[in-house]
Amino acid sequence: MKAKVKLEKKPQGLTFQDLILQLSQFWMKQGCVLQQPYDVEMGAGTMHPETFLRVLGPHAYRVGYVQPSRRPADGRYGENPNRLYKHSQFQVILKPSPVDVQDIYLKSLGAMGIHLQEHDIRFEEDNWESPTLGAWGIGWQVLLDGLEITQFTYFQQSGGIDLDPISVELTYGLERIGAFLQGTESVYDLRWSADMTYGQIRLREEQQFSAYSFDRSDASAIRSEFELHEKQAKELLDGFKGLEGEDRVRYPLLAAYDHCLKCSHLFNLLDARGVISTTERAALMARVRTLACRTAAAYLVQMGGSVSQREVRA
Amino acid sequence: MKAAPVEKRVELLFEVGCEEIPAGMLPKAEQELRTNIEKLLIAENLFDGVSVETFGTPRRLVTWVQGLRAKQPDVEVEVTGPPKSVAYDSVGAPTRAAQSFAEKQRVHVSDLYLVETAKGEYLAAKQAKLGRTAEQILVTVLPRAVHDLAWPRSMTWTGLDGARFIRPIRWIVAVLDGRPLKLSVAGIAAGRTTRGHRFLGASAIHVRNFPDYEKKLQQNGVVIRPARRQEKIATELEAHAKRGGYRVHEDASLRMLVAYLNEYPSVIQGDFDPAFLSLPDEILVTVMRDHQKYFAVEKKNGELAPHFLAVINVDKDSKGLIRAGHERVLRARFADAQFFWQSDQKCRLADYLPKLERVTYESRLGSYRDKVERIRGLACWFTEQWFNLGMLHAHVAEADRAAELAKCDLATEMVREFTELQGIVGGLYARAQGESDEIADAVYDHYRPVGLEDPIPRNLTGCAVALADKLDSVVGCFAVGIVPTGSSDPYALRRAALGIVKIILEKKLPISLSLAIGAAAKALLTHKPKRGVAPDQETQILDFILDRAKFVFRERDGFAYEEVNAVFRVGADDLVDAQKRLAALKAIRKSKNFEPLAVSFKRIRNILEKANIASGDARQVNPALLENGAERALYSAVREAAAKVQTHKRAGKYQEALETIAGLRKVVDRFFDGVMVMAENEAVRSNRLALLAELLREFTTVADFSEIGGEERR
Repeated sequence: MKAKVKLEKKPQGLTFQDLILQLSQFWMKQGCVLQQPYDVEMGAGTMHPETFLRVLGPHAYRVGYVQPSRRPADGRYGENPNRLYKHSQFQVILKPSPVDVQDIYLKSLGAMGIHLQEHDIRFEEDNWESPTLGAWGIGWQVLLDGLEITQFTYFQQSGGIDLDPISVELTYGLERIGAFLQGTESVYDLRWSADMTYGQIRLREEQQFSAYSFDRSDASAIRSEFELHEKQAKELLDGFKGLEGEDRVRYPLLAAYDHCLKCSHLFNLLDARGVISTTERAALMARVRTLACRTAAAYLVQMGGSVSQREVRA
Repeated sequence: MKAAPVEKRVELLFEVGCEEIPAGMLPKAEQELRTNIEKLLIAENLFDGVSVETFGTPRRLVTWVQGLRAKQPDVEVEVTGPPKSVAYDSVGAPTRAAQSFAEKQRVHVSDLYLVETAKGEYLAAKQAKLGRTAEQILVTVLPRAVHDLAWPRSMTWTGLDGARFIRPIRWIVAVLDGRPLKLSVAGIAAGRTTRGHRFLGASAIHVRNFPDYEKKLQQNGVVIRPARRQEKIATELEAHAKRGGYRVHEDASLRMLVAYLNEYPSVIQGDFDPAFLSLPDEILVTVMRDHQKYFAVEKKNGELAPHFLAVINVDKDSKGLIRAGHERVLRARFADAQFFWQSDQKCRLADYLPKLERVTYESRLGSYRDKVERIRGLACWFTEQWFNLGMLHAHVAEADRAAELAKCDLATEMVREFTELQGIVGGLYARAQGESDEIADAVYDHYRPVGLEDPIPRNLTGCAVALADKLDSVVGCFAVGIVPTGSSDPYALRRAALGIVKIILEKKLPISLSLAIGAAAKALLTHKPKRGVAPDQETQILDFILDRAKFVFRERDGFAYEEVNAVFRVGADDLVDAQKRLAALKAIRKSKNFEPLAVSFKRIRNILEKANIASGDARQVNPALLENGAERALYSAVREAAAKVQTHKRAGKYQEALETIAGLRKVVDRFFDGVMVMAENEAVRSNRLALLAELLREFTTVADFSEIGGEERR
């Protein structure tokens, strides 16, 4: 064995924050608007209005942003090295989908410091579906030496509406990619900045929110919150009917969508608490989906587009 | 005869370049593309002497057609015009109508002739239809062949009016006889430029024909033929095994899958911490195989070795980064499994039962918690029946416990992460927590058999739980209207029914299927969802299971179609008994008396049917009315044989019973030779019919021979 000449090894790979910066810069150069995380709790970057609503209608759009994604049932009290209550996704929407989208995506891996020639990168079938959003798409999980690093999806439907044109959604799992680049076994050892680790910054959050969502949340209070948000969303959506001109343009559909997002997160909390029976589970999901689909249809009307509810061909 | 001129034959290269097509769909797509092209060429009269080969990789579907005619043969066709009455005037001269027909057909009026049709005589002209060139035909045939491929779920990548395919099509190569074809697929114009491997090849490669294409792609990191990729994988797996002194866990379907996942497959070896070997093999192999698509390897003594073989899509791993990456992923996976193994067992398996409330089986049939209650009742019912029939090792309490635990693992983290391990994980936990072998094995095995080749549960308790689970699925689903049709069978009810049949037959279990279905229906009514099953649904379920049984008897046991029908016509409620009767029937068919007797039985059935006497008619023979000697002889032979047959049957000696019946052949023949059944005297006639009815009634309880006897019916 070699003598330990150097006490400190040069740290390997990008820091977590550098990774976000590199991806942001790369996609900015591809013409993306750099957006910010949405300030309502959500389970995935897809639920951000910059994806869920922007993919609707005919207008071209390119956007990239980080979205902290809360999945209460995935929490592990900060004890599991790979599973988190809240993880970070870097989300990119390219609308319409460019013909060389796979090549552009691969270049983004280069921007993170991955030399494509030295690795085994493949696109393996993985179709995506969100029953609560009435959304689905066709695509792959991208595997880097066997590790799933990105969900790559050609969106087909959002809010129950057939999309035209088709958007590509790229969702990078930042913690996984970061851990890969730095060669760490646990997400908590990931260097966030030059001198702080992911654990130093986020561990307490994981511990406390796991404890909250598994052990301490008040299920009956959450149920009533769900009802309240659903009620408001419905009222807002009902009020949109028949509006014309400026009244229609300024109508707060975005607020209706916020309430829909709230419902989705509250549902996830109930689920994590283990208080939902099978039948109730399906019913609650259907209620959220109804709000999402109604919002999407109203949004299209507001944007001046027509709602195409064409039957999807198999 | 003059030798036909040597026709020019050409070859076609056609490639559809795609973004990554799901590996599992490629073998079928290859086949279908070939069939589509062949069918279309046949329709165009261009198929003669042609060979079509297709090859798939994740990024391309390739067709190589050889021996293609450059042009369709010319053919002469007859075109009919106006009727004779219109075409010629009273003196037989051609009219204007005839002239304009000739003009239109570009022939001289004198070349026209008359043809006889169903509607009368018509004017006709001969037309030479010139064959179109292969090029003209292919430009429409090839896009069509691609378009007609059926995929499980297609997509669009541009918009609603865009093309649909399994994944986006990005390039097309179509070269006929060295020249590019002017065609387009999914809006992409064909050319002669293909692309190499994503990382190992050039992005634009010009090709002239298939051999040129195959060679150049090989140089650019793509092995075009799936069989070659499989060979490459097999060779490299073997080389690693030899070097490491271990054996590769044989896995043909994984080899096939990885061959279709990669354009240039290479095998690398990775290692894992031997400490993980403390986890059960089932879990380790599932993680490696199903989740990472790695081959597990074992030592000479059959124990797993702490290595794995991964198939990668590049030619080498010179820095060892790929190996390190795969090892890291596997380490995390194994660490998860180890974590689940420990955390799941912080409570006992039975403690997961209340959590099954939240796992849906089917919305109308409720949760798995509800299903467990039904399975428990049913498994106990089975074991109680068996015990009462003298199977003293049938333990009701063990069946009840095994059924209670059977589905608990569905709520564990391990099964939620590795769903394919359902049952297995429950069995492993049960054993680790001190349940008896009988119960642990029963839980472990109760999803079995999952196909015709899969073994049945090892012990009787496992069989009881497996039968209860499967029967509950079939009865419950039928009750709410989920009946398999065509290829749609989302709850795998055919497999469940096949499992029921296999278990009963292989374990030789005495079960009345109709009573069992009744018991399952009762469980559905007394437990949640408290749903009734209509009598006609019960019949439908019985027929559904019997259909699977017929299939097993025919396909696996090799009984003839009519043998199975003959036995099932008499009833197959007890499948083991039906199997014995089938074996006896098959044996007796070789005896010389049998087939002629079967024909006579068929004749008897026809006579009775014509006289409107239902099968099983209970009318009595009046011996005083028997007139003829042959008639009396038959009567006493039937009486004598009937007693013997009854005795044999009761002893389960079906072959002896059938031999006794076959022995009746002579008296039956003599009866038909010497007796006129449909006599003038009504009393006599009726008595003769009664005799035949009795004969049929007494002697078709083992099998209905009239299903076998030759030509008389159908």
